[in-house]
Amino acid sequence: MAAPTQEAVEEKVIDAIADLGPERSEITRDASFESLDIDSLDLVEMNQVVDEEFGVQIKGEDAQKLKTVGDAIDFIVARAE
Amino acid sequence: MATEPAEPADAATANGGDAAREGAALVTGASRGIGAACAARLAADGWPVGVNFRSDAEGAEKVVAAIEAAGGRAIALRGDVSDPEAAEPLFAELEEAFGPVMVLVNNAGVRADGLVSQIQDEQWDQVIDTNLSATFRTTRRALTPMLRARFGRIVNIASIVGVKANPGQANYAASKAGVIGMTKTIAAEVARRGVTVNAVSPGLVETELTEDVVAEMVKEIPARRAGTPEDVAACVGFLASEEASYVTGVTLTVDGGLSA
Repeated sequence: MAAPTQEAVEEKVIDAIADLGPERSEITRDASFESLDIDSLDLVEMNQVVDEEFGVQIKGEDAQKLKTVGDAIDFIVARAE
Repeated sequence: MATEPAEPADAATANGGDAAREGAALVTGASRGIGAACAARLAADGWPVGVNFRSDAEGAEKVVAAIEAAGGRAIALRGDVSDPEAAEPLFAELEEAFGPVMVLVNNAGVRADGLVSQIQDEQWDQVIDTNLSATFRTTRRALTPMLRARFGRIVNIASIVGVKANPGQANYAASKAGVIGMTKTIAAEVARRGVTVNAVSPGLVETELTEDVVAEMVKEIPARRAGTPEDVAACVGFLASEEASYVTGVTLTVDGGLSA
């Protein structure tokens, strides 16, 4: 499987976060999970989607370092390659 | 090849149960004893049930047949939950048959008694692997669809030995105390998603696991009888019900007053 493009990951991550409640317009790369009211359990759910799509698992210690939507996208892109 | 079960179109309501939602129940170690009673109870409450067993295929098929005879739905699922690889195929098979697991009863358990100096590493590992580690792994696997569904019921079968000394069962006590502690913490992690996690702690229950100790212990039980698997299953049924949605992280003791 070819590595997913930055755009593909970004789209999927934003979709997954939007499913968890926040307005799509608020979900930007710079938006923090805290400001979006996305908690640790939400990240677990988002990770399930990302794992299914890209085969990337975000482990506990990594998840704690992800503060913004951009952090998550960059993490997934790096691991999917 | 399993025969096609008779499926009443309104199985859930026909059983008067509250399992109006999609999905299934999984009971580990359900070919006999407490597990078999839990499977029967959840089926009567309207859940299609996965009857997991390790080696007693005949027992599991009897449990399935009894459930079907009562108008419920069930399948027997072989799998040794103490094997770290066991959870995934077990869940996949049940999901394929009946949909996502919305009720999980972690019941599979073993004993390997001895005073602590006599307990070998194998006996320690065997009890911890089956009673505690398997409960962790099946729970981890079950939570994925439960969190998405914003509903789930996990009931772990613990034991009063998890909180009260019982010489000769250091390994069993450690495993059951571990289950109780794990139950509380996982309950707190997932409560905001409508998923409850509770434990049921039986005292002395008359099963194959305990037949050697029943007679001598009954006189110490205020109720003056051993419990039945159905006594335990009734508590599991309640904790798995919609009504119990605000009960989470608790250990419900069902012991005829033994630990009172």
